[in-house]
Parts: sequence; C-alpha cells; structure tokens
Amino acid sequence: MNNTEYPSKLLENAVNEFSKLPGIGSKTAMRLVLHLLRQNENEVTNFGESIIKLKKEVTFCEICNNISDNKICNICADNSRTKDIVCVVENLKDVISIENTGQYRGVYHVLGGIISPIDGFGPNDINISSLENRAKQNNINEIIFALPTTMEGDTTNYYIHKKVKKYISSFSVLARGVAIGDKLEYTDEITLGRSILNRTSFL
Amino acid sequence: MYIKKLEIINFKNYSDAEINLSPKINAFVGNNGVGKTNIIDAIYYLSFTKSYFHQTDLLNIKFNTDFFLLKGKYEINNEEIDISCGVKKEKKKIIKKNNKEYKKLSEHIGLIPLVMISPGDYVLITGSGEERRKFVDGVISQYDRSYLDVLLKYNKAVQQRNKLLKQFAEFNNFDKDLLSVYDEQLIENGTTIFEKRKLFIESLTPVFQKYYNHISSGNEIVEIKYKSELLEKNFSDILKSNILKDRTVTYTTSGIHKDDIDFNLGPHSIKKIGSQGQQKTYLIALKLAQFDFIREKSNTKPILLFDDVFDKLDSTRVEQIIKLVIDNNFGQIFMTDANKFRIERILSKISVDFKVFEIKNNEANEI
Repeated sequence: MNNTEYPSKLLENAVNEFSKLPGIGSKTAMRLVLHLLRQNENEVTNFGESIIKLKKEVTFCEICNNISDNKICNICADNSRTKDIVCVVENLKDVISIENTGQYRGVYHVLGGIISPIDGFGPNDINISSLENRAKQNNINEIIFALPTTMEGDTTNYYIHKKVKKYISSFSVLARGVAIGDKLEYTDEITLGRSILNRTSFL
Repeated sequence: MYIKKLEIINFKNYSDAEINLSPKINAFVGNNGVGKTNIIDAIYYLSFTKSYFHQTDLLNIKFNTDFFLLKGKYEINNEEIDISCGVKKEKKKIIKKNNKEYKKLSEHIGLIPLVMISPGDYVLITGSGEERRKFVDGVISQYDRSYLDVLLKYNKAVQQRNKLLKQFAEFNNFDKDLLSVYDEQLIENGTTIFEKRKLFIESLTPVFQKYYNHISSGNEIVEIKYKSELLEKNFSDILKSNILKDRTVTYTTSGIHKDDIDFNLGPHSIKKIGSQGQQKTYLIALKLAQFDFIREKSNTKPILLFDDVFDKLDSTRVEQIIKLVIDNNFGQIFMTDANKFRIERILSKISVDFKVFEIKNNEANEI
C-alpha cells in the first residue's frame, strides 16, 4: 500500500494525515476521506474547525487537571459535590467511567499517567506535586485510589500515600473481587483468592 | 489418568500418525533422528500448550505445510476427554477440550499433570542459578497459583527499581520515597517467595534422597541445599546494607532473584565430582521427587516422559528405575531409546502392560 499512486496530491495528504491516527490504516483512511468529500462544505468545515479549536483552546482544570473549557472544570465547580473526598485516577477516561456509575459525589485528581521508570514516567512526569499542594492547602478527609490494579498502579498508590499521609486521615482503594453477575467457576484464581481474603460483611 | 490415543498431523516430521497407547508403559524405539522425541514432545504440548524444545510454535510445523494439529484422547477419572492443540501460520494457537475452545491457554495447564525427564535437564546441574530457580518456580507454580503472580510482581519491581537506579545515576538525583516504595514491594513479595521456596526444598529433599538411594542401590550420600541471603538476615536489612552498592552498580544486587540451590554428592558439588551416570541419576531422582510432589498436590498420577534417559546408565540402575516406576504409585509412562534390544530385554522381565513402537519412515508401528 505504501506505493499507492493517488490521482491528487490533496487526496494523498488527507489520507496520510488520517492514517497517522491510532487504529486507522491507509484503507480506512481512504474510506473516511472519500466520505468527507461527499459531505457538504459546511459539515466538513465544522469537522475541521472543531479539531483545531479543541487543540488550541482546550484547558486543564487548575484543581484536578481534568480536561475542561474553563479554568475550573464542571465537577470541581459543582457546589453540590463533596470536596473533601478526592478520587485519584490515571486519566480522563477513568473520570468518565466513574461518572457513568452515578455513584460518586466527590471530586477527582487526574494524574495523567502512572509511575513506571521503564516507560520513562517518574513522579515528576505526572501530576503528583499538584495533589500534594491540594492536600496541604485544602481540607481533604479521604483519598480514594482508583488506579490500574497492576504493579505500577500499586507503586503509584504507595508513593502518593507516602507523600500526603501527614495531611490526610483516610485512604481507601477500589474493592477488587468477583465481578457482578459472574459465576465463581469462571473467576480467575487470583481474583477469587483475594475476594475470599478481603471478603465484606453480609448485611 | 492416561492417554488412550494420540493423533499427530503435520507436527515436525510426522504427516499423519495415529497411535493407540497402553495405559501403563509405552516405549518408542528407532535410530537417531527418526522422531522418537517428537512424539514425546507432542504429549508434552497437550499438557503445557507449548513445546519442551522450541519457544516458537511455528517451528514445530512440518516443512512445507502451514499448520499442525495434535489430538489426544484421555481417560480422566473414568471419563473420556478429548484435547486438541492446533497451530496455524498467522493465526492464534487454539486449544480445545471436548471440542470447546479455551478462552485462555492458562486455564488448560494443570488439567493433565506431566513430568518430563530429558537430556536437556543437564542444565540444572551445569547451568547458572537461573536454571535451578526456574525448576523450583515451575514446580511450585504447578500447585500454588498465587506463587506465579507474586513472582511476576517481584520481577517487575526489580526491573523498575533497576531502571530507577540507572535514572538516579544519569540525572544525578535521588528520590528516597520512590525507592522505598519499590523496596517495600520487593520485601513483601520476596519474603513470600523465599518462604515458599524454603518449604518446598525442605519437603523435596527426603523424597529426592529416597529415589536417589533406590536407583544407586544406596551407598552415596546426596543433599539439596537452598542458598538464599534471606536465610541469614531479613530482606529489609539486606536492602538497607546494600543501597550504596546498588546505587554504584545501578542494579539490585541482593534478593531472591540471586537464590541458588546446591546439589551435593557427599561434601562436594555434583557438578564438579559427579560422573555422567551419577549426574543423570541425580536428575532422574530430582524429577521423580517432583513427580511425587505433583501427584500429592493434584491427587492424580502425572504422565511421566523419559526421553532417552537410559543412555550412559549401568544396567543395574536402569533396572532399578524400571522397577521403581512400574509400581502402583506411578501412572502412564512414555520412554524413548535408540537401543531396541535394551528396552525389549528390560520390559520382558516385568509383569505390567506395555507396548513397544518402532519409529521408521515417519510412522510409529507397534511391535
């Protein structure tokens, strides 16, 4: 496909740009470009402008580092939310997942990564110092760790705990165990073993 | 538990072979290079979903074809179970139990316990400590599922800590808190691994000695000794006292990733003073001890594979081994030998069911 000859340089440029996106190969890129060509000019202009505007104007919340249109994001600005509980997540996608549950009324802190020296991520490459400042200056009662259940996630939990434990009285981590609706025979042994050890009281 | 029938399609030198097996002893004889070991490897594949010899699945496909398929008809607890393993170029490996595909290969491992004894085991004696740790870890994780998980976490923490030490040196900085997070993870997981390895070696030793004495007819003293820094000091103190050294060489110089096992014959190492026959006896006794262990933990008699094991052993030792394994504590056994007459002579003296197959022209025929 590398040597495909395009009838137009403009077409070629557009296809090349699309195929830089994750999960898009040159065939899919071509299909998307041809689709856009068939749309009316307004549609395509909106499409292009929304992307340029996104990159130019997007800001990150000064408090929690979530993506936002304003200096302070909607969640941090919402007065009905409990500000003394902070849920620490890796990225924006995790905020959306937790928000979709409708079960959480506290606020967030988005790290933008987790500590992994092998991948070149140290504590200074993610938003840990801003969390430290938050812990120092505000009245936070509880931090909930909602990072991946990997060794790197654990490392990040422990590290943050070390840094902020003198300011905060309570730390918790998402429960790990049998998924709702799962049969025990299909649950892997590690998860099931943990579920037994960390069982919760009934009623 | 045993295999009734084995079907091999496009695997290594075989195009299409079908072998009806004895529930007790199956011997494969033939000249060098005819494919005796390939049959053993096919059986190994059906237990562990990989070859004992090649890391790459594709290397096991017969030349000029694009897939291989192995099928085994097993009798497990009076129930007939079909296991198949297929590898096709540019497709993922598929393992099926009674025609139903497993979602994860790891779900299959453990269903058909198996112990393999092969000339390749010599690395346990001649190789580095890593080989001996791999052996111990392999046996423990066959009966303790959480062990492997803890071991993987430990190894990851070592990797991350080493990288961190390198970054400290490179950028000339030091983050005591982050290092201590890795240390805590090393200590927690490393101590668990240490305790499990220690317990395992302690319980393996007497069984191993029993087998060694039986095969060698009993006048040699053998011993397995666990070597770990954690035997003398706790892990936390060890890490503390080595921190300057670790920072200088920029890797983690101490821990259970440096453990080793001494294999002794009398007061000396078997590697230095053992004859080839003694070393072989040592390995067989070690593997038979592993067999005992898995049998007890899994409550089934694992399949036992002897690949070209009798070479270099005197006839007394060979007879002792055979006497040992036809005992009721052992289940189905497979053996290969280039010497047809040796096998026939030995088997003619025993009273259990056996079959001998001659391998010729990529086919296995019962004789």
